[in-house]
Amino acid sequence: MPVKLAINPRKSARRWSFVTKSSPLPGFRLSFAFTAIYMTIIVFIPLTAIVLHGARGGFGAFLHTIVAPRVLASYRVTLGSAAAAALLSAVFGMLLAWVLARYSFPGKSIVDAVVDLPFALPTAVAGISLTALYAEHGWIGRYLEPHGIHVAFTPLGIVMAMSFVGFPFVVRSVQPVLEDLDPAMEEAAASLGASSWQRFTRIIAPVSFPALLTGSALAFARAAGEYGSVIFIAGNMPMKTEITALLIVTKLEEYDYTGAAAIASAMLALSFAIMLLVNVLQWWFQKREGQRA
Amino acid sequence: MRSTYRGINRFVVIAMLLMVAASVLHAQTHLLNVSYDPTREFYEEYNRLFAQHWKATTGQDVIVNQSHGGSGKQARAVIEGLEADVVTLALAYDIDAIAQNGGLLDKDWQSKLPNNSTPYTSTIVLLVRKGNPQHIHDWDDLIRPGVKVITPNPKTSGGARWNYLAAWGYALRKSGNNDQGARDYMKKLFANVPVLDSGARGATTTFVQRGVGDVLIAWENEALLALKEFGADKFEIVVPSATILAEPPVAVVDKVARRHGTEKVSRAYLEYLYSPEAQELAAKYFYRPRLKSVADKYASVFPKVNTFTVVEGCGGWQNAQAKHFSDGGTFDQIYGK
Repeated sequence: MPVKLAINPRKSARRWSFVTKSSPLPGFRLSFAFTAIYMTIIVFIPLTAIVLHGARGGFGAFLHTIVAPRVLASYRVTLGSAAAAALLSAVFGMLLAWVLARYSFPGKSIVDAVVDLPFALPTAVAGISLTALYAEHGWIGRYLEPHGIHVAFTPLGIVMAMSFVGFPFVVRSVQPVLEDLDPAMEEAAASLGASSWQRFTRIIAPVSFPALLTGSALAFARAAGEYGSVIFIAGNMPMKTEITALLIVTKLEEYDYTGAAAIASAMLALSFAIMLLVNVLQWWFQKREGQRA
Repeated sequence: MRSTYRGINRFVVIAMLLMVAASVLHAQTHLLNVSYDPTREFYEEYNRLFAQHWKATTGQDVIVNQSHGGSGKQARAVIEGLEADVVTLALAYDIDAIAQNGGLLDKDWQSKLPNNSTPYTSTIVLLVRKGNPQHIHDWDDLIRPGVKVITPNPKTSGGARWNYLAAWGYALRKSGNNDQGARDYMKKLFANVPVLDSGARGATTTFVQRGVGDVLIAWENEALLALKEFGADKFEIVVPSATILAEPPVAVVDKVARRHGTEKVSRAYLEYLYSPEAQELAAKYFYRPRLKSVADKYASVFPKVNTFTVVEGCGGWQNAQAKHFSDGGTFDQIYGK
């Protein structure tokens, strides 16, 4: 043990602080116990129930369900579209956050408020209105269709719907960071001869990147789990535009609770793996930045 | 402090006793009818009609609450504990599921009321745009290249299963009971389907409001409702040469009704559906009445159709489900490689 302590005594002491009661903040035990109970009731028990229910049919049946060709295709559609939507949200969310943080223009507070609307709107409403707009005779669809651009009932439509529900996460994560960033730093850089590209890559990007990553990860997670808004615009064609959530509903419709839970568990594991990856990436990035500073 | 508590307690107890007494004296019965989507308007009016009838014959007040949704979803809700006294669903398979999974009613439930426990019927027809620009007259026209067909996903929609079986039954007869012939037909048919909505209402919206597709395969009651709501100048109904007789069944959920003490009124509620007044109401909401006198009266609304039943077309719902809609069934094969 002394060897380990010698490497990082503070970390190890902190790790056991809830046993040794050495935390300087009061109320730690109470708040930790409350957190644990809350997380158990709200998150762990339901998720465990899903996995247990899915495993009820035995390992063979579980595996058979989650790697069926149609199910595999649905992972591809769901995760692929969610990744594309997260990327879109990252680019345009960043831009919007930049505009809101740095410029003032008439109606800014209205734009700021509108950003939150996708959070509040029932997702089915979003899906129905997007479908109405992009269907072949819709307001937007009628101008796109002659050019061979099909949005409604194609994977593109799924990405549209997912971006709609995802981009506020990016804006709301990045905006406060950009607002906190002192323009004086950029001015100083500019006075020392930094080009605008250098100012972006050396000052703005490093500071806002962790927030951008968090926002994009949230947007991705939300998109991967989305059902209401996607289902109307997707077209739901097996192997092509069928999302995993719809397959789960389909299984339920066949009274196949075990199959539904099995697919849900697989989706859960996939999403968790991706979120973990993003977190590791973020941790690595922050560590690197910390070393440079 | 203590005495105040006791005072409040006593007050609560008295209030509850009064409420119980009031409800007993009032003899008010509540029923829950769990139904599927397009019956909403029909049952709203039927519940009022039945309440009058029940008051007149027994002197008791009865309030019928209703719940609507996709047929399969509703059946699942009942299995999971929704306290339905009666179920009125889109297909017998869903009530079978309640009998099998929940054990809430007898397996031979369908023999307990006349006409296989289906007081009204419907059928599957084709809705096309005004003037029938694609010249669609029968099932064969749906598999022509370039015709876009709208029908919901039979895996998630009860109505879509009727559609599927109607097309299958036609194709099977046409090919002289050759299974492969029917499969080929279905494959071509679904190659013409650009969107698979998850429910029948969704498919109607896609066709009627989004303007997608040349023909909608639909419940007759849904098609007639679309004509009424959106105008006969936009759409017309094409009756195919042969189609399925859709029989949406009704049943008392025995265990729940017994627990609620509502067995008698639940049974009466369903039996009264066969009365002339109720049959008349069903016709008004575009369901085909069983009673001949009422059916004759509304003969102009419902065109003559050449129908086959699920039993004739595919040997009953259990067979149909196993063969077509379960995992690896004919529907999955259409989209498989």
